[in-house]
Amino acid sequence: MTKLIYYPGCTLKNHARNFDVSTVSSMGKLDVEVAEMSRWNCCGTVHCLSSDNVMNRVAPVTNLIRVKEEGGSEFMTGCAMCYNTLKRANIDVKQRADMLETINEFVYLEETKYAGEVDVLHLLEYLRDRVTFDAMGKRVVKPLAGLKVACYYGCLLVRPKEVAFDDVENPTVMEDLVSALGATPVPFPLKADCCGAYHTVGKPEIIADRTNRIMGSAAEEEADLVIVSCPLCAYNLDFRQEDAKRMNPDFQHLPVLYFTQLMALAFGCDESALRLDLHHIDPKPALAARGLV
Amino acid sequence: MATTTVRISSARVSSPFVARIEKISAQNLLACYQCGKCSAGCPMAAHMDILPNQIIRMAQLGMHEQLLASEAIWTCVSCMTCNTRCPKGVRIAETIEALRETRLRTGERNDCLKIGDILPGARADLPPIAMISALRKLSS
Repeated sequence: MTKLIYYPGCTLKNHARNFDVSTVSSMGKLDVEVAEMSRWNCCGTVHCLSSDNVMNRVAPVTNLIRVKEEGGSEFMTGCAMCYNTLKRANIDVKQRADMLETINEFVYLEETKYAGEVDVLHLLEYLRDRVTFDAMGKRVVKPLAGLKVACYYGCLLVRPKEVAFDDVENPTVMEDLVSALGATPVPFPLKADCCGAYHTVGKPEIIADRTNRIMGSAAEEEADLVIVSCPLCAYNLDFRQEDAKRMNPDFQHLPVLYFTQLMALAFGCDESALRLDLHHIDPKPALAARGLV
Repeated sequence: MATTTVRISSARVSSPFVARIEKISAQNLLACYQCGKCSAGCPMAAHMDILPNQIIRMAQLGMHEQLLASEAIWTCVSCMTCNTRCPKGVRIAETIEALRETRLRTGERNDCLKIGDILPGARADLPPIAMISALRKLSS
């Protein structure tokens, strides 16, 4: 078994437990032991875009210190926001010696100093480049035949260019994964359109509008469900569907799953690895219609 | 956008405000030639009082008060669609972040999001990823 250091991020330990358990179980079926870090803290969720705000880079960098302490030179996260924040902070400190020095001064109580020794990987990137989709296809025990899947990327997997591991305008890594699992990816013009992100806290009406448009686009393509890799996208596109329905009576409810849940399903993981009970829009009818649950 | 009269003078264009926004954002504002690609692709444009290209133009012209009073600087969620499409390499999202931080850094707290205004029930439903990112972007 290959061992892979895993940073789950805060939301995978409460609201998005379905993302966490499906990641660990499905990777086990690929002979990859996903080993959660013994200590980690919130990454801060969003990258600070100011050139002079060092404080907001401390949280991601302390996680990089933890990886270094565990003897790792790389680690993986499935959360698109964590990936973006950790990777961009890492790029900042690798490129700016002054910022790295200030951060090390802020965390003077740490025994380990960081000097840019760790690489940040996203799970999709790891699957494509290390495991390969061909190898994944061979592990499928329950092909997701007939299932039509719209792949939603949102903002942070592919933007900006320096963190993107796929094309910024038309990424295809999730479609390739879906095909490897035996399902059918459907065209999805709004796949990299932002869902409105944290405005879900103070301006839910914006999210209702975004959800109406994005999920409406997937419904027009006759998708059975939408897959994501970000717990904030998942929350907005799933939980805000009631608001979207109030805004647009023709709105059609569609389930939202994490890509790892499709993997767990195709690899024959236990039902406890799926946690389909944690969804607002129940995915079971759509999966049952294709004979998958 | 409501009609406004703007008096442009060289003093405004070379004001400390313009230099400050260029420093915090690490951008050259004058590189922008107003093609409008940023606003055309912006998923939040429908919810903004001034558009991203207008924000950059007003920043070039040193329109301090109008910019810091605008809703749009808080509506941008840094999805960075504008940045990746800008033919001049201007990072519009970084510029808007500099405007937000400028307002948040002005002595008294100028928070856009007041956590106490969110009902406890809603707070309990929201995932941490939403709460933390909102607080990081919209409060000081």
